[in-house]
Amino acid sequence: MRFFAAALVVATVLPCAAAAQTEIRMAVLRVDVQGRPPVSRLDLPPEDLGFAGARLGTNDNATTGQFMGQSFVTDEVVATPETALGKMQEIVASGTRLVVTLADAETTGALAEAAGDEVLVFNARARDDVLRGEGCRANLLHTAPSRAMVTDALAQFLMWKRWDDWFLIEGSHPGDQALAASYRRSAAKFGARIVEERIFEDTGGARATDSGLVQIQAQIPTFTQRAADHDVVVAADETGIFAAYLPYHTWEPRPVAGSAGLVPVSWHPAMEMWGGTQFQSRFEKLAKRPAREEDYQVWLALRAVGEAATRTQSAEMPVLRDYMLGREFQLGAFKGQPLTWRDWDGQLRQPILLGSGPIVASVSPQSEYLHQVSQLDTLGIDRPETACRIDRQK
Amino acid sequence: MMMRLTGLMACLCTASPALAGKIFVSNEKGNDITVLDSESLEVIATFPGGQRPRGITASPDGKWLYVCASDDNLVRVFSTDTYEEQPTLPSGPDPELFVLHPSGNPLYIANEDDNIVTVVDVETRTVLAEVPVGVEPEGMGVSPDGKIVVNTSETTNMAHFIDTTTFEITTNVLVDQRPRFAQFTDDGRHLLVSSEIGGTVSVIDPAAGQIEKKITFEVPGVLPEALQPVGVRVRKDGSKAYVALGPANRVAVVNGETWEVEDYLLVGQRVWQLAFSPDEKYLYTTNGNSNDISVIDVATDEVIRSVQVGEQPWGVVAVP
Repeated sequence: MRFFAAALVVATVLPCAAAAQTEIRMAVLRVDVQGRPPVSRLDLPPEDLGFAGARLGTNDNATTGQFMGQSFVTDEVVATPETALGKMQEIVASGTRLVVTLADAETTGALAEAAGDEVLVFNARARDDVLRGEGCRANLLHTAPSRAMVTDALAQFLMWKRWDDWFLIEGSHPGDQALAASYRRSAAKFGARIVEERIFEDTGGARATDSGLVQIQAQIPTFTQRAADHDVVVAADETGIFAAYLPYHTWEPRPVAGSAGLVPVSWHPAMEMWGGTQFQSRFEKLAKRPAREEDYQVWLALRAVGEAATRTQSAEMPVLRDYMLGREFQLGAFKGQPLTWRDWDGQLRQPILLGSGPIVASVSPQSEYLHQVSQLDTLGIDRPETACRIDRQK
Repeated sequence: MMMRLTGLMACLCTASPALAGKIFVSNEKGNDITVLDSESLEVIATFPGGQRPRGITASPDGKWLYVCASDDNLVRVFSTDTYEEQPTLPSGPDPELFVLHPSGNPLYIANEDDNIVTVVDVETRTVLAEVPVGVEPEGMGVSPDGKIVVNTSETTNMAHFIDTTTFEITTNVLVDQRPRFAQFTDDGRHLLVSSEIGGTVSVIDPAAGQIEKKITFEVPGVLPEALQPVGVRVRKDGSKAYVALGPANRVAVVNGETWEVEDYLLVGQRVWQLAFSPDEKYLYTTNGNSNDISVIDVATDEVIRSVQVGEQPWGVVAVP
């Protein structure tokens, strides 16, 4: 079988109707946490969050696979933090060796550990840099951008605008604090000054109440008054408690960016550049809703595997993994340049979109920020800075 | 009044003994077609092209203009003489690019959204076949003998060879990321496929179904990611190929024997598609971000003019 596959690759002539079908089986494991609903009901998570991206990725792979004698199957598994490890064990026991996870950082790390070295795990949700740094694992790749990537993406744009005095408002949850730390790092990296920092304490309570805006209109201005002179308000609110209230309510008339206003994202439902319209229309036809970041990030993982399977004519995880992390690999993903993996921490390099409400306002890296290897490495943790100590280079 | 005047001028031009040809440019964002006089390079008319006009081609006799009106989900047909619209052709959803059979019929259309190539009889205006291909079909090329139509699929990354009599795929060739355009040489011995994101042009031996050579591009001071090959045209004698390099704002001049790049010509911004004048003296480029076309003198490989057209010019075709 191996010999046959290798011969095919060398020949590059592909069979029209391949005799034997090879199946590439993957699983998407989504770990749902019961939390407070988001501030805006527009952000309520759809039931098929992430899975819809998986279905599109599987379809795309299958369309290509029909010319290659390969078929693609993707299992969709929902878990809670309590059942997640058990579900992962079931997935591995069934023989699946490629698993995409949608979980928080802690659960993602635990799932990758539980999956073991025979399984390749794709993190399609957690942005924590620790998973790419001290907590990195040889069997864990990341299609979700890291916090450092998204904060660098916004910082580059703000510097391009010469908005270099920032008023940083951060939430009180650990994720908010980590995001704020990432903005401080990005400010230092690109030369912005954080002239004022405030913490918005989450005191609990319902996300919204009838006539709740009356209080917000009074509270946010007073919360933001008497801040040092600033060009822009940067909100670090990963939990989604307050940032959405900032635009138009700040004491000074300043633009808001970060967790509201101009938001750095891996995908945006209005993205139409670089053939993006085709992804949107294929997705919307399938899911009957606009695509979310998780959908795109799951799709990336499936397509990366599909691309490796097409090029190697293999269904074996080690073959696919080595190809993905090798020099030949390129993934077209509607971002105007090929996406590749960072071999030092398993992160997928990718441009970051800056969404402003219904449109994409800009895309980072900004062209003025150059790099000796890849401009994409101006976003996030670069090779010399990484705390990951796994040597992937063979 | 202005419009009338230019119309009159156009009449005077065409009345002169040396008949000037016309250049038609589809403006993707402007939703119109710009017409230029090929002698004076003046804009002589602009007419509506439907919603999001992209692919544009002309019948072999130069009488009819075909335009992929992508957001209208059909192909619009115009008289190249009067610009009068003719009955539309069915195209399948979201047509982007197409190619006419060398005989002028049928038309092979890439349907980006449905992973199919639609074959349309331009006389009876009926769909003859729908051929399933890879994800996001785009580039369309036809062999000079009309026996093979090649479609490129942008996410599957293949060139699919379709037999024009059976409508079956006979060969698939894997190429680099996001293949945009397919162009046969006039002797039918080579097929050039541009890969926008991969940054290469694959030269394929159609008989063997194998890649003979991959053309790569390098311009000092231009980021490698910006070198995105899209439109490709080859001189009739096969001596040179021209490749539009998108956001690199350049057209590469490629030796047709060695397939080595010989020169890079600076044109307008985000250059996508190319077309020769019928006598092959000139090559026209559509520059989407600077809203103009550049005119290249083929004998000297020099850019001699740029002319403003409509909003975001996409495709171009020249008729005698």
